[in-house]
Amino acid sequence: MTQATTSARRPLTTPPAPPSRFPYNPGSLLSVQDLSLEAVSRILARATVLENQDPLQRDRILAKRRVALLFYEASTRTRTSFELAAKALGADTTLVSNLSSSIEKGETLKDTGLTLRALGAEAIILRHNSSGAPWLLEEMTHLPVLNAGDGMHEHPTQALLDLRTILAHLRPGAETVNDQTLAGVTVTITGDILHSRVARSNMLLLPRLGANVVLCGPKELLPELALSAGPGITIERDFEAALRRSQVAMMLRIQAERLAGLQLDLDEYKAAYQLTGQRLARLAPQAVVLHPGPIIRGLEITAGVADGVQSAILEQVRNGVAIRMAVVERALLAAQQEGGRA
Amino acid sequence: MTALAIRGGRLVDPSAGIDAPKDILLKDGRVAEVAAPGKLKSAEGAESLDATGLVVAPGLIDIHVHLREPGQGHKETIATGTASAAMGGFTAVAAMPNTTPVNDSPEITRWMQAPERGAQVRVFPIGAATRGSKGETINDFAALKAAGAVAVTDDGKPILKDGMMREVLAAAARVGLSVIQHAEDTRMTQGASMNLGQASFRLGLRGMPPEAESSLVERDIRLVAELRDARAHLHVAHTSTAAAVAAVRQARRNGLRVTCEVAPHHFLLTEDHVGLYNTHAKMNPPLRSAADRDAMIEGILDGVVDAIATDHAPHAAHEKEVEFEHAPNGITGLETALGLCLRWLHHEWKMPLGRVLSLLSAQPAALLGLRGRGTLTVGSFADVVVFDPEKEWSYRVANTRSKSKNTPFDGWTMQGKVRWTICEGRIVYTETV
Repeated sequence: MTQATTSARRPLTTPPAPPSRFPYNPGSLLSVQDLSLEAVSRILARATVLENQDPLQRDRILAKRRVALLFYEASTRTRTSFELAAKALGADTTLVSNLSSSIEKGETLKDTGLTLRALGAEAIILRHNSSGAPWLLEEMTHLPVLNAGDGMHEHPTQALLDLRTILAHLRPGAETVNDQTLAGVTVTITGDILHSRVARSNMLLLPRLGANVVLCGPKELLPELALSAGPGITIERDFEAALRRSQVAMMLRIQAERLAGLQLDLDEYKAAYQLTGQRLARLAPQAVVLHPGPIIRGLEITAGVADGVQSAILEQVRNGVAIRMAVVERALLAAQQEGGRA
Repeated sequence: MTALAIRGGRLVDPSAGIDAPKDILLKDGRVAEVAAPGKLKSAEGAESLDATGLVVAPGLIDIHVHLREPGQGHKETIATGTASAAMGGFTAVAAMPNTTPVNDSPEITRWMQAPERGAQVRVFPIGAATRGSKGETINDFAALKAAGAVAVTDDGKPILKDGMMREVLAAAARVGLSVIQHAEDTRMTQGASMNLGQASFRLGLRGMPPEAESSLVERDIRLVAELRDARAHLHVAHTSTAAAVAAVRQARRNGLRVTCEVAPHHFLLTEDHVGLYNTHAKMNPPLRSAADRDAMIEGILDGVVDAIATDHAPHAAHEKEVEFEHAPNGITGLETALGLCLRWLHHEWKMPLGRVLSLLSAQPAALLGLRGRGTLTVGSFADVVVFDPEKEWSYRVANTRSKSKNTPFDGWTMQGKVRWTICEGRIVYTETV
């Protein structure tokens, strides 16, 4: 029972929110919050093992298992890396996109999911423009569902591949992670936080390893409410001040498709928040520069920085394949490997 | 018509200030006699119900339901919605006009009340304030009232234009109708599917700010103040924010005719009950913060809230089994209102039983001017609910009489189980499960 806070009266007992029934399937990865730090360690370790494994042996791990990619939004990196990851483990993959399927004819997510299951899909990788869609799909199919980005909500594999990239630079050789692994590390996430699933997953995951997450951006794109997302999060509106403290600078794209009528002066935005070579050299000459992509050169980041020596943007992409191999493997083998929930 | 004597019960009739063991005789659809136990004088030949250990109270009145007819019979019909009402102890419901087509005419208003609809309890239509609820052309309120409408509203499509709302308030006052406003400045809620707050940020959903409700309530109250001499009556539907309750409280202090209702989900649940995108916790107004929820409790306990109304809003299962932001707003409520009110308002928060029942009968009847309802004084309609006040039970939506099952209260513990519901002298519900 939670306590009501009515000031003038004695505290009243009120009904508590019911406990979550998710995930239904131990192989699902819906949110970074579903993963214990032990589970994160296992995924990181498996990513390394799989990445280094002989492709002809790796090919047998999920030989002929069926994995469906269900994509309601355009994607280059996430889709291709999930597909390559599943295929690298020997799985058969099929891609269903909203533009070339019965989704265009009005088929619901539930029916699409049930259809894929009937076709033999053993796991579904879902990218969807509505926040929460993976939870619906999992509840309807009870299959392992991998969240490949849902609306403005989460993108858990992106946070895991970002973590792998950060560790490679700041904690080389780290085999497992715990709540102190990133102690003393400040990660600044700058830009369109409000509409960013990448930001949400990272701000929920990195502080659990001890990192300070600094959010930076204008009020329209970064409401004060963001502080409530969890512990270890602070807001710094001054980009240069944030940069000065950072070991990792993660830049985000302005998501024009989600602005919903919000007017933004891009020249002002660039003046305040663009990551330029000059700013980087002056304020954070050692920092690792991350960006989940797609990058808009000349807007949130200059071409020089994106292509520069501090940029780990293409490393992130490579890490995406390794992480997604581990996550796809976990989806289909989790029940055996971990004996239940992660 | 046969006569019905209800004997041995505890009569709780807040309209008459009665809470005592009484027998009551219903005859020809009216209350014929109320007497001390065993002292009914004219009960000879009457059928008898044994209400020993039970509370006998005025039939409940819900002034905010969506019966979905005409036009949306796959969600609910007047027959199924009123059967659900009877199961919940309600003997009268006021039906919102957001049907297909919108109830903006005397013809539809009469159609809804026709015997062919198979209503189990009394249906009072609420007419649309403007043609098609488009907010452009005001309806003929005198004609709607003559056809049986008890209030006007553009529920769900709030009247945003000051001039139109002023005109509606004035025209309704001239014919003695109340204006019900779903207070939501829709310019502030575009694309939003839950309360704007910590939960909406966490879930990545666009949020409705509390100000979208309170600013429109404040605007409407200003208009009522301007029309003070016309005695305009504003009723604020499903109040959900602390600021809106505060505005109503202040308006009443200023002597204005402003009333408000609160739905059980708004005094029990918060935005946290949305959990991981539970569409059975999606409604409009949305579940708010704990502070807002607490303000609803406060408003009910201190008397500024005039009625509990369910906003019973049935939707077919397939309509709710979609992405959260695409799911329609609303939950069913007729079968859970009494059990939740008794469990929480009365049992947990110690509100006297008579006051709880008043919020569910006498006050809503007075608010909409439903004469002879919400009371068991001799001569009034024989609308009665008989329930076991002590019985704890678990609500099972599988047993619902509604066509739809979209409730967040499935499996919840209720207190007080309806044994019989009697509408105008007819037993319309008898406890079976």
